[in-house]
Amino acid sequence: MNQIQSLLSAMEYGPAPEDAKLAYEWLDAHKREFGLYMGGMWVKAESTFPTFNPSTGKEIAQISQATQQHVDDAVKHAEKAGKEWIKLGPTGRAKYLYALARQIQKHARLFAVLESIDNGKPIRETRDIDIPLVARHFYYHAGWAKLIEDEFPNHEPIGVCGQIIPWNFPLLMLSWKIAPALAAGNTVILKPAEFTSLTALLFAEICERIGLPKGVINILTGDGEVGKALVEHSKIKKIAFTGSTEVGKIIRKSTAGSGKKLSLELGGKSPFIVFEDADLDSVVEGIVDAIWFNQGQVCCAGSRLLVQEGVAEKLYSKIRARMETLRVGDPLDKAVDIGAIVDSVQLQRISELVNQGVSEGATIFQSKCDFPTGGWFYPPTLLTGVEPASTVAQIEIFGPVLVAMTFRTPAEAVVLANNTVYGLASSVWTQNIDVAHDIASKIKAGTVWVNCTNQFDASVGFGGYRESGYGREGGKEGLFEYLQPKSLECKLNKSTKKSTTRSTGTANTDKLDRTHKLFIGGKQVRPDSGYSLTIPTLNGSVEVGRGNRKDIRNAVEAAESAFASWSSATSFNRAQILYYFAENLESAKAQLLASLTNVGYSPAEADNEWQLSLELILTYAAWADKNDGLVHQPPSRMLVYTKNEPIGPVAVICPEENGLYGLLASCLPLLAMGNSVIAVPSYSNPLPSAELYRIIEASDFPAGVWNIITGTPEELESTLADHDAIQSIWHFGTTENQQTAEAKSIGNLKQTWTPKTSIDTIPVPEFVRRATQVKNIWVPFGS
Amino acid sequence: MELQLKVIEGLTVNRSAVERRTASLGGRRTVKKAHQAAWLLRAIQCMDLTTLSGDDTPGNVHRLCAKAKQPVRQDILETLGLDSLHTGAVCVYHQYVEDCKRNLEGTSIPVAAVSTGFPAGLSPMRERLHEIQASVAAGADEIDIVITRAHVLTGNWQALYDEMQMFREACGEAHVKSILATGELGTLTNVAKASMVCMMAGADFIKTSTGKEPVNATLPVALTMNRMIREYQEMTGYKVGFKPAGGIRTAKQSLDFLILMKEELGHDWVQPNLFRLGASTLLSDIERQLEHFITGRYSAYNRHPQA
Repeated sequence: MNQIQSLLSAMEYGPAPEDAKLAYEWLDAHKREFGLYMGGMWVKAESTFPTFNPSTGKEIAQISQATQQHVDDAVKHAEKAGKEWIKLGPTGRAKYLYALARQIQKHARLFAVLESIDNGKPIRETRDIDIPLVARHFYYHAGWAKLIEDEFPNHEPIGVCGQIIPWNFPLLMLSWKIAPALAAGNTVILKPAEFTSLTALLFAEICERIGLPKGVINILTGDGEVGKALVEHSKIKKIAFTGSTEVGKIIRKSTAGSGKKLSLELGGKSPFIVFEDADLDSVVEGIVDAIWFNQGQVCCAGSRLLVQEGVAEKLYSKIRARMETLRVGDPLDKAVDIGAIVDSVQLQRISELVNQGVSEGATIFQSKCDFPTGGWFYPPTLLTGVEPASTVAQIEIFGPVLVAMTFRTPAEAVVLANNTVYGLASSVWTQNIDVAHDIASKIKAGTVWVNCTNQFDASVGFGGYRESGYGREGGKEGLFEYLQPKSLECKLNKSTKKSTTRSTGTANTDKLDRTHKLFIGGKQVRPDSGYSLTIPTLNGSVEVGRGNRKDIRNAVEAAESAFASWSSATSFNRAQILYYFAENLESAKAQLLASLTNVGYSPAEADNEWQLSLELILTYAAWADKNDGLVHQPPSRMLVYTKNEPIGPVAVICPEENGLYGLLASCLPLLAMGNSVIAVPSYSNPLPSAELYRIIEASDFPAGVWNIITGTPEELESTLADHDAIQSIWHFGTTENQQTAEAKSIGNLKQTWTPKTSIDTIPVPEFVRRATQVKNIWVPFGS
Repeated sequence: MELQLKVIEGLTVNRSAVERRTASLGGRRTVKKAHQAAWLLRAIQCMDLTTLSGDDTPGNVHRLCAKAKQPVRQDILETLGLDSLHTGAVCVYHQYVEDCKRNLEGTSIPVAAVSTGFPAGLSPMRERLHEIQASVAAGADEIDIVITRAHVLTGNWQALYDEMQMFREACGEAHVKSILATGELGTLTNVAKASMVCMMAGADFIKTSTGKEPVNATLPVALTMNRMIREYQEMTGYKVGFKPAGGIRTAKQSLDFLILMKEELGHDWVQPNLFRLGASTLLSDIERQLEHFITGRYSAYNRHPQA
């Protein structure tokens, strides 16, 4: 044992290998070949493909490639199972979710080792982070399964869900998808990423073991074609996807008009903001957790370091020193921080992007690492001297590469942080509570971590703003992605909704001629086109402005600038304006009733719509200051609070029917929640809208908050759906036009809402929810 | 160096972030098998084998010194390929400094004396200084002083600096370790500031605790102090040592501290000249672990000589 003497002087860590024997025995027991899991059975596919160990580049096993036929079969199984699953009731479903949580815990190490072998991530992470979070996710949702009917009254499950997950957190993403879907009473077909199928297959075995009703969970492995088949399948009612923004857009386009519910959790270039008063040594560790976690292959990785100029050099030198102590190597070594990149293709992409960054002027620093031979490794990398204009500051690198730049003031930090098409997450470091909450409220991202980063919990929703996608996973907010509101009974009279003939009537000349222009930026403006639309009425016709592309452009500009102040106005202020609007509306009752009877309403019908409209204003005036956030309870010493934030300028295509109620029902929730609106009223009855211009003017709505543009759907809608400054589009028009809007929404991945039912059958809370997006703010505390 | 109040006032520690770092460190680093045996031997070499009890007598102090000279059974040492091994120091009250010097004659094991009205440090200043001088005169190589916690809790950094400087001066050639009694300082930010002030005033080592506070050496406190040592080195080029003390009873804990030192401050700080573990019962557990490494069988306390 003379070696001890030399080890004693060296004081190095030495190898600390995790024993992978049992995981390999499990693989061998399956002869290193896996089938598809559907309808509770294992089905062999005709063709298979290899899965590799990224740290050695060697094949681990052969995975089945599912076909269209398999997808069809799996959908049948899932549909059939759905009935039984619903029949089980909350308690029955909760028991199965609890069993899944327990099973994950009982086989935690097998999952952890297998995940590390298949993905290349360090055992430290799978053992201490991924797998415990998976178990937590099933526990948490076992709870929701039990409570779902009480806590989500008037909601029902959606049906068969198709779920497509990425390779960076294979089992964790599986749990994020499956647990809420099942808790809400749905059944699922899940496609793991091609690179990393193994833990999903082990999970399928667990489903078998606990006797989960056959067909409730189906796991189909394979390439993108399987995902495509799921996305395009008519019986699948919901698609949940986590992956790249590029693929997210393809999915949005391909599901356009299908009525499928869609949640997308996509890419990011998340800012990591460091103020000069931060605890810089802790910041350095935060950076390690942000960008050198999972080799930087994290959608919410804090990859864009923004540091206050005065402390930048000091922080950079601390980061460089820390980088030297990061250990890169065999993922199964317990003392390794950074494992292997998932695939050689990714490795090459990272390397190319870094080279590009350097050639564009960045200064590179990489720590010295001895990699194991044969695997796909990349050293921790810091690029300083990067400007917002640099490619590496904009593009998601998805590797262990941090780009750094400086800012001068809190306001500039916000501008730089939001200077991205993404909005997934962010991290803010300061010891000043005022600065922390201020910046947190101004960053456009679904998650803000204050003085921490990459924190996750089942009780806290996760998901993006902007091109980072929509929908939330986790928390109460995440369950809505797997539920749909039950329709209410119709309140409005539809029989005499409008006059459908578009004959050119003659103007009523008894009174003075009236001019209905467009309402843009708080003013009545003439349409850019110089044309009017003639609307037939019972006793002749009236004319309204014929808006065009440029009117839309102007309205969106007005709405954009109004959004800043309207969204940051107090909710009480918004409530007051809405009440005042009701007051003013009442004084214009006669004209508004006439605008309805003119197009064929009976007086009673007009009065009904009038009454319901007035009620609506009071409803949303009431809601304006009551859409409170939540305080979540993750198992750590933190305050995690949610804010239901307005989305931005929103385009509204109003329903064709019920010209008055339709406009108010589709615009008011958005306005009450702090969005600015560009509304296109009913084509056949825009009169009530036109009557509203002066009432809006009189009601203290700030200019540009509410814009109304009359005209033809063909001219207006596609400009709106295309517009990159519009953050969401609500479309109550025809199915065909809804499809076009959804397909066009992919330019900036704006949110879309395209209800197929009459607007008065949708419950108010659904409007309120759709008018906001949830931001989760994590604030650890401790004196 | 002079007290730089601006530096002190700028120090801030985020407790949650510090705790996250120390909580994850155990999962990030580990030493196994022969490496672990080597690291445990290093823990012994860095150990200030301590007895600080009201019922200490020349007899048990004598046993302590014997154990310091031969901390591990000779047969175990030989199997491990080591000729000899001794602890970093012995640590006693002033009363037993001379006994220890006598017992340790012919070895290079330093004798450390706790001083300045240990553990509360509230005796008159003149007496505290006199106690240091007496211990140095009795042959103490190292003096572990306690600071006045009130200076920290009231933010009187100048008073803390002056006090520490006087202690430093009184120590003469002897090494001085500043005991911060971190369990009584309230916040990690206070720990950081007190560390920095004591270093500015000339401490050779900063030490967490007396072992008498309700909470003693913890990893978050150690991390905070390590970061200040690094900061001080960046400012001055001078390397200050670190000594966690109190509550360190298991071999695993001693490895946690060694790992923290290596991670935060590097190789130089896993050596006895810059790192000490203050402990009284830790050694017994390390001895068992070393025997387990050799035999593959779990060991028992009674198989190893008592301190």
